Amino acid sequence: MPLASPDPRAAWLMRLGDASLILGHRMTQWLSRAPTLEEDIALANLGLDLIGQTRALYARACEIEGGGRDENALAYRRAEPEYRNPLLVEQPNGDFAVTMVRHLIFAAYATPLYERLSSSNDAETAGIATRSAREMAYHLRHAAEWTIRLGDGTPESHARAQTALDDLWPYVPELFEADDLDRDVAASGFGVDPSTLRGDFDAAVAGVLARATLAKPAEVRGQRGGKAGRHSEHLGHILAELQVLQRAYPDAQW
Amino acid sequence: MYAQALNAKDAAPAIAEDPVKLAVFQARIDAEEKIEPNDWMPAQYRRTLIRQISQHAHSEVIGMQPEGNWVTRAPTLARKAQLLAKIQDEAGHGLYLYSAAETLGVSREELYDQLLSGRAKYSSIFNYPTLNYADMGAIGWLVDGAAIMNQIPLCRCSYGPYARAMILVCKEESFHQRQGYAIMLAMARGTAEQRAMAQDALDRFWWPSLMMFGPHDSNSVHSELSMKWKIKRFTNDGLRQKFIDATVPQAHYLGLTIPDPDLRFDEATGHWEHGVIDWDEFNRVLAGDGPCNRQRLKHRRDAEADGQWVREAAAAYAAKQRKAAA
Repeated sequence: MPLASPDPRAAWLMRLGDASLILGHRMTQWLSRAPTLEEDIALANLGLDLIGQTRALYARACEIEGGGRDENALAYRRAEPEYRNPLLVEQPNGDFAVTMVRHLIFAAYATPLYERLSSSNDAETAGIATRSAREMAYHLRHAAEWTIRLGDGTPESHARAQTALDDLWPYVPELFEADDLDRDVAASGFGVDPSTLRGDFDAAVAGVLARATLAKPAEVRGQRGGKAGRHSEHLGHILAELQVLQRAYPDAQW
Repeated sequence: MYAQALNAKDAAPAIAEDPVKLAVFQARIDAEEKIEPNDWMPAQYRRTLIRQISQHAHSEVIGMQPEGNWVTRAPTLARKAQLLAKIQDEAGHGLYLYSAAETLGVSREELYDQLLSGRAKYSSIFNYPTLNYADMGAIGWLVDGAAIMNQIPLCRCSYGPYARAMILVCKEESFHQRQGYAIMLAMARGTAEQRAMAQDALDRFWWPSLMMFGPHDSNSVHSELSMKWKIKRFTNDGLRQKFIDATVPQAHYLGLTIPDPDLRFDEATGHWEHGVIDWDEFNRVLAGDGPCNRQRLKHRRDAEADGQWVREAAAAYAAKQRKAAA
């Protein structure tokens, strides 16, 4: 599978942007459906942060690439194989427990990722990472607080939270598996090798699961492929919806 | 938005209020003093405000749906972020307004129950569907535009918590209105297909926007007392005229046609005269027979039902924490 961009740094940033865009899309699907009005506002806020991170990451990737593409070309004019997000973020929202556990996993991965990336040798990328790390630390706190409440709430909420955790755990290993692109950008001082983040992730999640009285699932081989452009069935439907106007009216400016 | 509640009949039995207290109350109103939650107020003043503020809150919450319909399909990342932020603002307005209503001695749960059971109304405009992306422009431009006309005077409403809430709400609504107009402008200056979408959106939202101001003054049940108590400061027809006068030139600038063959400028009065409003349609939509009434309420009821186990979990967790701390 070729890189998403001829420049490995741009390809790597696009991969981060793809993850935040697809997870952001999933968050926007909650609008007006949350369990409380306060949570409607919170989920919209999480979505806004993720869309904002996407735009910053795509914009920097396009600058580095130096070609004619912009953030909208990346978001709206690429097909599934060109998207390189991990499979976790495209998994359906399910019930509120699935969404919160998915967010816990993602934020516990993304927070240390952006913290390390804030010392990238590219000042622009470092700046984006600093802001994103601050935002993701808050996402982690929000998802953790809900996971604790659902896990240690009622028997029903406990069962739902444990099921969500069991169902999503197979998507954890992919987040931390370094491929050639990861190693390349990490070696140059531009990016971060995700395999170095697993310790931080495990520590953050273990503390939450203990307070939530939830059992950590057994480590499995897991599902992978998104980072290389081989996705689950869900991404095609997400892109069909997300890209519909740009695909139907390719000449229009909005 | 959403002053339609002031046109509803007050079904509660009239209570003879203490004439001395009533006179003091009216004197305070006349002196432009704000009435605060712990102050004495006539029962009907309280009821009118609860109805008005809660209908406004319900409208904000139901209003998330027609715009939420396009957020996953917004055509650029910038437009997506704007729309998402706008809908988030609306949820925030809803929350703020429910809190203002709670100062009058009613709970958010009671008000939700009134909405979900169909006893409480929300603005009729949200019972219309959003069928193309230009509707996001038309809603901002026309619906939020009409809302601002209604709400700017409410910033001086005699009830303090509502008046203060309206100051924040109006600032955000003004921003939404400009964003909506910017969407219309981009589409009106876009491809032939985009211009057609913009015209279609105006065709569908023009008359329902005029209806947002409520019936003609001659048919408005509550205006007089609400005016005396300075809950409402301008009449339905006066606000509607102000909206039309401001909006018609904006439509012309866009190069779009207002779907009213009788619309004409009256040189003598300096106002745009509009054609006959279809009040049968307005009454049908208010009575529950609009294109989306059932869909909007079902969506809200489903969300409440789906969230029940989450709210129970949060309550159970809080109870455990309290017990552990005791």
